[in-house]
Amino acid sequence: MNSTNFRVFGIGGLIAYRGLFNWIRPRIYIPTMLGAPLFQIIFFTYLGKYAETGQSADFFIVGNAVQVCSMSAVYGMTMAIANERQFGTLGPLLASPASRIAIFLGRGVPVLANGLVVSAFGFIVGAALLGFRPGLSSLPALALITVVTAASCTCFGMVLGSIGLRGKDFFFVANLAYYLLLLFCGINVPLSTMPEWMRVVGDCLPLTHGVAAARHVAAGESLQSVAGLAGTEAVIGIAYAATGYLMFRLLETASRRAGAMDTF
Amino acid sequence: MTLTAYLRIVGLGLVFRLREFAVSRWFIQMATVQPIVFASIAFYLFHAGGRPGTLLYAALGAGMMGIWSSTLFGSGGALQWNRMQGTLELLVAAPPPFLVVLLPLTLATSITGAYAIVATLVWGRIFFGVPLHFVHPLAFALAVPIAVVALGLMGLLMATSFVLYRNANALANFLEYPVWVVTGLLFPVALLPGWVAPISWLLAPKWGIDAIRNAALGGAVWRPLGLCVLTGAAYLVLAAIFSGIFERRARAEATRSLT
Repeated sequence: MNSTNFRVFGIGGLIAYRGLFNWIRPRIYIPTMLGAPLFQIIFFTYLGKYAETGQSADFFIVGNAVQVCSMSAVYGMTMAIANERQFGTLGPLLASPASRIAIFLGRGVPVLANGLVVSAFGFIVGAALLGFRPGLSSLPALALITVVTAASCTCFGMVLGSIGLRGKDFFFVANLAYYLLLLFCGINVPLSTMPEWMRVVGDCLPLTHGVAAARHVAAGESLQSVAGLAGTEAVIGIAYAATGYLMFRLLETASRRAGAMDTF
Repeated sequence: MTLTAYLRIVGLGLVFRLREFAVSRWFIQMATVQPIVFASIAFYLFHAGGRPGTLLYAALGAGMMGIWSSTLFGSGGALQWNRMQGTLELLVAAPPPFLVVLLPLTLATSITGAYAIVATLVWGRIFFGVPLHFVHPLAFALAVPIAVVALGLMGLLMATSFVLYRNANALANFLEYPVWVVTGLLFPVALLPGWVAPISWLLAPKWGIDAIRNAALGGAVWRPLGLCVLTGAAYLVLAAIFSGIFERRARAEATRSLT
């Protein structure tokens, strides 16, 4: 990547984030990005306790604390691409000679950082309110797996965002995706209790392997022992990023051809 | 304006809003897909645990969760949408009281949300074999609409206060899970710390789900149903008081139309 592309990736991504999310203030961010995850974690931990599944509270705390990063990844990434169209800035952006891959990937970095903040908050909530006590030695590995999983989710969000480049009801798709991640990725339900076809779908989604790895690490296992799961999560993320970029280019071309870039 | 005129506004407004929401993908998703996802999670958890007999309990709770979400996001979102489209001032400036204009909207959000109960029961029956045997079917048929109206009135109370806030959507995003937790929609409030119970007593979804569950699974129906009516009526009175206060304040602070 040359220096111009690097600037488009880093500085461009940051400026785009500040522009597209200029409405974010603490009074919006705190209830939405911190308050909602806080109660999501409490809700599922108590639900698991009531259901007497035999899983410890940590199963639900770790699952949900990692999963809440997808709130930023799915909705944030969808907005980071699709809102250009809504704000009427998509045309000028795509008329620029800037590298598409730098534009595309640059938007993911602030979204990823935000997802990590939300997940970190989720773990803190788990520790403060629900008795989550991972060993100190497992924290670096847990952090690394959370980064990989949040990145993978952000790449998944890139695919959804690309749909928003042309699709009409992109929030409908993003909402649907968010809830399906909650259901299919073993966040609250052990994968072993789900039907085979759901496990197959879950295996193709982000989060599934990352959450499993995070649970093992939080239970005291080493990073090496979950390298396969973490690696699979990373590969899934890369596959989604490639798919998202391909869709971005295809839909950009289709929008130009149809003269439908800023239309709804 | 006469009471008949107000009733006509509410009636026509309700039909208009129900037709509007019936073609909204967003509302349909909120009232069907989301409750089905939560119901499925609960079904799997209860199956995995020692509580397979509570599947109807979970289906009804997940259905009520859908009604709450629809009411919450509908009441918060509708004001925000009107605010963005520049029609909120017109609604406030219309001759009938703002409360009468707002009531059909919030009732329509909870009625649309009632798809959720149908969705979770049908889904549960087909895919998880949930037994649809109701101990008191007539009481059940009465409890569901009463709970739905009470939630609509709760939405009215929220919407009147949302007039004051430019960021009503953020508040709505926050309030979804806490009410699910505090009102015991999928697990009993007794599991939570003792100080949570008195909060739940003020919330219509708690009495609504108690009445619906007791009608379906057996237990006292009329007391929770009466309390559901009572809390709904209290929301209506409070909404009437607050709508005047908040409307004046929104005018004074010029916060009504700002997006």
